[in-house]
Amino acid sequence: MDFLRPASWEEALAAKAEHPTAVPIAGGTDVMVEINFDHRRPEYLLDLNRIGDLGEWEVGEKTVRLGASVPYTKIMEHLRGELPGLALASHTVASPQIRNRGGVGGNLGTASPAGDAHPALLSSGCEVEVESAARGVRMIPIDEFYLGVKRNALQADELIRAVHLPKADGPQQFSKVGTRNAMVIAVCAFGIALHPETRTVRTGIGSAAPTPVRAKEAEAFLAAALEEGGFWENGKIITPSVAKQFADLCSAACNPIDDVRGTASYRRHAVGIMARRTLGWAWESYRGQSARTEGVA
Amino acid sequence: MRVNFTVNGRKQEADDVWEGESLLYVLRERMGLPGSKNACEQGECGSCTVRLDGVPVCSCLVAAGQVEGREVVTVEGLADFAKNRSCGGHEGGACGTSLQEAQGWSAKGTDSQTGEGGISPHATLAPIQQAFIDAGAVQCGFCTPGLLVASDELLERNPNPSDADIREALSGNLCRCTGYEKIMDAVRLAAARQSEPEGV
Repeated sequence: MDFLRPASWEEALAAKAEHPTAVPIAGGTDVMVEINFDHRRPEYLLDLNRIGDLGEWEVGEKTVRLGASVPYTKIMEHLRGELPGLALASHTVASPQIRNRGGVGGNLGTASPAGDAHPALLSSGCEVEVESAARGVRMIPIDEFYLGVKRNALQADELIRAVHLPKADGPQQFSKVGTRNAMVIAVCAFGIALHPETRTVRTGIGSAAPTPVRAKEAEAFLAAALEEGGFWENGKIITPSVAKQFADLCSAACNPIDDVRGTASYRRHAVGIMARRTLGWAWESYRGQSARTEGVA
Repeated sequence: MRVNFTVNGRKQEADDVWEGESLLYVLRERMGLPGSKNACEQGECGSCTVRLDGVPVCSCLVAAGQVEGREVVTVEGLADFAKNRSCGGHEGGACGTSLQEAQGWSAKGTDSQTGEGGISPHATLAPIQQAFIDAGAVQCGFCTPGLLVASDELLERNPNPSDADIREALSGNLCRCTGYEKIMDAVRLAAARQSEPEGV
């Protein structure tokens, strides 16, 4: 095994181009487990810790550019306002020690359906900035990023540099089922983002299909129902029948398996429950916000 | 490969390190510092918790090569680390814990019954270590080093933590003996002592 220690992003891209089998390591919270258990013996480890800007973020007018290695702890502490869904999801990652090291780039690189960041990334509608020495920067829409169980759209010579997430324009929520609060791989998870500017709703489901997925039919149904009922303007409570139909469609978007953490039918059921609950929480805060706005006007 | 980094305030060098080796392995097997415990090797248990550039991490999940040029504090250096912090945190000089001292470190606290303390030119116990002894928060002791490092960092960051803060800060450290209540007591005790004025 060789340990490659690029001091800059350009050096890292050159190293990855020269050694396409090199395994990038940043927080190490996935890679080191595999090495410790002898599940993986990469020819090259490509350490990204010396590349400072991977751990930085920039808040722009419309988007946040989040470096691939920004630890979850920093997202929780500094980006709760701009990225509430991702901040909530970050808080459910493992333990403080792991959140101090792990970041979104690792979740994307591993592309496990159980990665905690995925539902929030899907519901935000972000883009992944990847780069190779040969072809430069490529922006991959999150909807096209996950290809299969632990497979993503990265080419062998590419590295993940950052994620560009739209700043929240409405309430976002996240929910995760596990046997306890800390140190849990999700049995299943659900993220929701209300987008009042476009009058759309986006979702993300974790651990209930071969890849993280959106519940697109549920999103379309809910957007139409909210529009039709004038809910965005009147801020009324969402009709229970609408919430139920949304939940059922979210369950239907799952394609889960039975495994040690839970059965397929439990996962389908739990995703429906989480969809209904998170919609309720998000809608309550939307109503609260619009009531305050009206009060001021 | 060779790795140069700072351990408990002193520059150290580890030779013949395998590229896939963890920081935990380097500390335990190459530097003779077995205070950080090796249990799950997958970041689940927190027994191997150390500070990396001040941040608590599982040393089993840090590749040795990643600590090149960085600073690590282990449980063996916690007493000096806490002492330096309380006297203003000056860098370099006579500060830190040498490998020899760290290797020979043992818990010589003040016995809560007799009031007798250990004799050493260096800090014998960090306040959090004394609190763990006084509160009876140590049973088999295997999880204790990780809990001490995590608790010490919590109290540095948040001198008056709520019970919820303590539970959250220690949520990555598993203990199979105590049921955590005595550990909670110990952290509360250390926080209370920390907030007492000097000399009281």
